[in-house]
Amino acid sequence: MSEHNYQPKSKFGKWFNDRLPLLTLANHLTDYPTPKNLNYWWTFGGILTFCLITQIITGLVLAMHYIAHADLAFSSVEHIMRDVNYGWLIRYIHANGASMFFLAVYIHIFRSLFYGSYKAPREIIWILGIMIYLLMMAAAFMGYVLPWGQMSFWGATVITNLFSAIPLVGESITTWLWGGYSVDNPTLTRFFTLHYLIPFLILGLVVLHIWALHVPGNNNPIGIDIKKPSKDTVSFHPYIVVKDLFALLLFLILFAFFVFYSPNVLGHADNYIEANPLVTPAHIVPEWYLLPFYAILRSIPDKLMGVIAMLSAILILAALPWLDTSKIRSAVFRPLYKQFYWILVLDVLILGYVGAMPAEGLYLLIARIGTAYYFAHFLIILPILGKVEKTLPLPMSISEPILGGSLNAEPARSKEDFQKL
Amino acid sequence: MLKFVKYFSLIFFLITGNIVSSAENAEKLLTTDWTFKGPFGKFDRASLQRGYQVYQEVCASCHSLKYMSYRNLSEEGGPEFSVQEAKAIAANFEILDGPNPEGEMFTRPARLSDKFAMPYANEEEAKSANGGAYPPDMSVLVKARKGGADYVYSVLLGYEEPPVGMKLDDGVHYNKYMYGNKIKMPAPLSEGLVEYADGTSATEQQMAKDVVSFLMWTAEPHLEQRHKIGFRAIVYLIILSILVYFSMKKIWSRIETEV
Repeated sequence: MSEHNYQPKSKFGKWFNDRLPLLTLANHLTDYPTPKNLNYWWTFGGILTFCLITQIITGLVLAMHYIAHADLAFSSVEHIMRDVNYGWLIRYIHANGASMFFLAVYIHIFRSLFYGSYKAPREIIWILGIMIYLLMMAAAFMGYVLPWGQMSFWGATVITNLFSAIPLVGESITTWLWGGYSVDNPTLTRFFTLHYLIPFLILGLVVLHIWALHVPGNNNPIGIDIKKPSKDTVSFHPYIVVKDLFALLLFLILFAFFVFYSPNVLGHADNYIEANPLVTPAHIVPEWYLLPFYAILRSIPDKLMGVIAMLSAILILAALPWLDTSKIRSAVFRPLYKQFYWILVLDVLILGYVGAMPAEGLYLLIARIGTAYYFAHFLIILPILGKVEKTLPLPMSISEPILGGSLNAEPARSKEDFQKL
Repeated sequence: MLKFVKYFSLIFFLITGNIVSSAENAEKLLTTDWTFKGPFGKFDRASLQRGYQVYQEVCASCHSLKYMSYRNLSEEGGPEFSVQEAKAIAANFEILDGPNPEGEMFTRPARLSDKFAMPYANEEEAKSANGGAYPPDMSVLVKARKGGADYVYSVLLGYEEPPVGMKLDDGVHYNKYMYGNKIKMPAPLSEGLVEYADGTSATEQQMAKDVVSFLMWTAEPHLEQRHKIGFRAIVYLIILSILVYFSMKKIWSRIETEV
């Protein structure tokens, strides 16, 4: 970082830092200038980091006791729940931790959508985030298979069967994924391997995500470019650290409530029945965090088109920085976008709800309307809105709420411009 | 408009939440005063001990508890039989062990470290003895059914005459709460079926309550510890967040921004 002229104080520190500038990095991280007006929606980045580390540590301990074998997986989980010291605690943290992780990531994503954090110059941060989100879904899905309960088995069957929709090679790909002609022991062992691998890939992407963030710096609730460092910023430590910590503790209270008092409420009762290939559960339902996409999948009558729609629903997010044509980042200054934003939130919640319901009658109709609206939001509303919306005037800076600021004006506006105003 | 959307979504979820919870249990489940519910919930030892008796005398001839060991009966947070009592209980059962040095399998009385004896040698035997229906293992049964303890309690007490016009095959019984209302298990409980040592009157409700409490414990043997640790953890987190909140206020007071 060019703005850093950090020199360690001790002689050894200097010697070490000349060879591996870890101290410069630590100094960069503590001094990192952060907009001082970040609200609590910005604390979820730290919360997500905590979730990832928690999942990795608890997962590591679980992997020491878990047996990835179709005949033994279910009973090894019961062994963890009964006989391993505090095994129940570790497993419930891990299982509910996945839900907490998704809760936090959805808030993080919707915060980004509201404040336009995906817009230039932060497109790469956003795309890295979408990649992390995709890997999270893969990890969560495979993790849910490991206890080898009924929902594990049938969920795995339904999802892997989606690949058979691919023309010509679909069947072969599905067989290849399964390692046989149905979901069975080979499927379980490979899912376990991948479930162990993916979190570390996520960790790597998180490093890139934060690195890319530290180039332009944080967006902020009013979405204007700010000078860094300036009186609009505070150093990351201690200001943001203590605020993130406070928010994390509140989040942990919710987390603890689930772990200790409702550890199974987010799961499905059928998953306490050992997998049985001969008995299909009445309703096969994915975990709550995948429900909106499940609704999109089932709303399309054609299997292949359904799979394409479901994938597009996620991948379309990667194109968002270019679909949203407005130069104004924050919804605070976009009265129309703000309304469409809340309609989108509602739409996704409705899709999640109908995803849990049987795909028939009114539910199916709602799912179809919801799906159509979801795509319309990104493909029609956003591109047009950026062109026609009358936005509110932006302030000049965070500290001085004088109107007349501008976005993407590198470097902000010149003095002459101000005089013209 | 904005407010409208927010309120609308709020109302939508309140309503749908109610619909979901009511629609999924078309028949409202029976319930009773479970002692293990709520943040301070604990098992009633006497009820668990009676529940074990009901399990052993009524259920165990068909239903296994394959994840339970006899030692669990004397462990903290369960029925808490004394070690001697648990040993005596275990000694009533014959366990297949071996092979011995001569290569022969043999049976011996169960020890504390043994898993509960199984009623059938394998699933096929269980099915053939029960008209093709497999009596499920009950170790985690309460967690494996939507509605949990209330559901199992309701099924135990939900045997009725079938509604007029409903034809039932031989060996199939009508149950008000069972999924699909048809169950192969005949009504397992009847007044005075067991004789409780502590003099509690063995009504159907009492037996159902005791055995379901027992099964809740077999499904969640660490429930009491979980509730206890959870309470401490949450109190700790609340105190810590208050302290951190004031630290945060102090640190942020150095600059003129509200935090």
